[in-house]
Amino acid sequence: MATVTKTWKLFIGGAFPRTESGRTIKAVADGTVHHLCKASRKDFRDAVEAARAAQHKWASSTAYLRGQILYRLAEMLEARRGEFVEAIRATSRITPRKAKAEVDASIEHVVSFAGWTDKIAIVLGSQNPVAGPFYTFTGIEATGVVGVLAPDESPLLGALALACPALAAGNAIVLVASERHPIPALVLSEALATSDVPGGVCNILTGEHAELVPQLALHRDMDAIVAAVKGKHAAALKAGAAENMKRVTIVDPASDFTESRWRSPVAFRGVTEAKTIWMPSMA
Amino acid sequence: MQPAQAIDWSYAPAPETFPVEIQQEHGLFIGGKFVDPRSRKHFDTVDPATEKRLSSVAEAGKADVDAAVKAAQKAFKAWSRLRPAERAGYLFRIARRIQERARELAVLESMDNGKPIKETRDVDVPLVAQHFFHHAGWCDKLAHAVPGIDPRPIGVCAQVIPWNFPLLMAAWKIAPALACGNTVVLKPAETTPLTALRLAEILQEVDLPPGVVNIVTGAGETGRLLVEHPDVQKVAFTGSTDVGKRIARACAGTDKRLTLELGGKSPNIIFADAPMDQAIEGIVNGIWFNQGQVCCAGSRLLVEESVVDEVIGRLTHRMRSLRVGNPLDKNTDVGAINSRQQLERVNSFIECGVREGADRIVCFDGALPDTGYWVAPTLFRGVQPAHTIAREEIFGPVLTVLTFRTPDEAIARANDTNYGLSAGVWTSRASKAYEVAAGVKAGVVWLNTFNQFDATSPFGGFKESGFGREGGRAGLAAYLA
Repeated sequence: MATVTKTWKLFIGGAFPRTESGRTIKAVADGTVHHLCKASRKDFRDAVEAARAAQHKWASSTAYLRGQILYRLAEMLEARRGEFVEAIRATSRITPRKAKAEVDASIEHVVSFAGWTDKIAIVLGSQNPVAGPFYTFTGIEATGVVGVLAPDESPLLGALALACPALAAGNAIVLVASERHPIPALVLSEALATSDVPGGVCNILTGEHAELVPQLALHRDMDAIVAAVKGKHAAALKAGAAENMKRVTIVDPASDFTESRWRSPVAFRGVTEAKTIWMPSMA
Repeated sequence: MQPAQAIDWSYAPAPETFPVEIQQEHGLFIGGKFVDPRSRKHFDTVDPATEKRLSSVAEAGKADVDAAVKAAQKAFKAWSRLRPAERAGYLFRIARRIQERARELAVLESMDNGKPIKETRDVDVPLVAQHFFHHAGWCDKLAHAVPGIDPRPIGVCAQVIPWNFPLLMAAWKIAPALACGNTVVLKPAETTPLTALRLAEILQEVDLPPGVVNIVTGAGETGRLLVEHPDVQKVAFTGSTDVGKRIARACAGTDKRLTLELGGKSPNIIFADAPMDQAIEGIVNGIWFNQGQVCCAGSRLLVEESVVDEVIGRLTHRMRSLRVGNPLDKNTDVGAINSRQQLERVNSFIECGVREGADRIVCFDGALPDTGYWVAPTLFRGVQPAHTIAREEIFGPVLTVLTFRTPDEAIARANDTNYGLSAGVWTSRASKAYEVAAGVKAGVVWLNTFNQFDATSPFGGFKESGFGREGGRAGLAAYLA
């Protein structure tokens, strides 16, 4: 009996559409050729629209609820552990042991950020002792819609290291998968679809970075970009971002994403806004 | 036209029927196992709504407390060195399991404590799960919790908790202790040990390493043996100010770290410009939540003089709709007083209030159940600041009403107490709310709300309401060396 092979698709607004462009890219896993969607500009715009539509509700749900939902995502990753290990091993051609270590670290990463949601404001917020009769508080809010460009190195952990802070803080994201090893991110999309993460909060595209980077840079309804890129891609993102003041965080793709700084408050820098509220303190 | 018929508006019974099995006899939870007490003593725990025995519970003696502390000591080394992410894993699993067994815990809590199922189901147990979940998340973030220290655990924590929120207090104590890498010996209150012992089952289910949490049941003597044990490094107590003072004295000659969450006589301040509908609900919630057996209960109502008649009029009207009775009925607002001893204490305060000349108003038309321990919601007006019922913690569904004329007088009256746990302020003007909040000496001040609790939000008192905080970042500081 012929085995049933999986058709890999995009993940937009909680659904799995094919690219509207009909174009594909090839990915090889253990010698088998997979034809993945090559996301077009239209697909990208659809993903941003889905993210925008989902963001407000996600950000205004309680931090506790977001934490529980991210923990649920970790449970879904755990359930697909074998599939992730296999996807990483087969496409990145690393040892099973290394692939397993990456999956372990990835799950732990998601759990860590499940625990961050209700602590971001505690650690980064403040009461400001202003020199006047006012109570002044600074709270921390999500920036909005964030584009995330995942590195080829550690295709799962790298993607999650960049995505989790944004998600935990209440952003909705468009995650562009590693160009060379996109399949682990597509397995992630299946875990997301079965988790309680609302549709549109995390959208995942596969495609050519050279084609998607200018779109990311120039889209007017995107508020921030976190990208594991170098050189001209980085420059293009920053230049395009200047048009509508997107916050751009450039990350070295070769970073060791198991280091603790990726789970520290610094991780929220480019994906959160400080909001200060003043209130008179004298009747 | 037919004459209007009298309509019976009373509710049909809506009992919570979730079945909960209760063992006839409970041992102590030491070293990950339920063991028979070396003391060979047991005592009964009863359902305060029916006075029926629920179970027989072990009374831990000196040898038992020694064994529990030893088990906690033995577990400390490995637990404190466990990778934070792994420690977090256990706490997340405990939170999840509590959610899965939530209804069972809620019913058991209502039976053992007497509080309405509405509260255990919607407040106590969800907060318990949240507390473990929140602290699970802290395990790998302790360096960001208390700036400037290398976060290290303290050691074995002796934790003694009261009967008013039995499982919630267990969570408030255990979760931060474990998150920081400490091990625990917990003593639940003698009248409400069952949910803590059920929590012990959950700890077994998630394979928490043996000895990380030990639970010894018993009364005051067991608690004394525990907090005075020489191998305990940290004492955390929630209960009365009297016992808190005794514990502070007992710890005086030692290096034990100490946090105390004690009594209160919290002011709930109503200004004339308060959003009155919400304020009335807030007053009701402030004093009749959990039959007023809440250390932060808004038991001293301070009302701006110009609206006192309106407030009392509305309040007595609202009180008449409170449903007092079977804690397991989903419509019940006010359940049973936790014990006969507490019932007698509350009643003696009510008698004292009448004797000292305050005007008692009982707004309850129905009949209280024949068996069990009950107090009808009561308020006193014409109360003077020097009256006993205006000064001492009653810990029951009894509200005293005093008046004030200016914000300064409100603050002065609010602070006219040795306690400083919580306060409520009701006004439509934000600046006034903040000014009064700043003036009140209390660890928690609720503006236009009351009795709000959250794992992220520190709770604890000023003055003789104790020291140390529970919840949020401030709560962690108590469990880090």
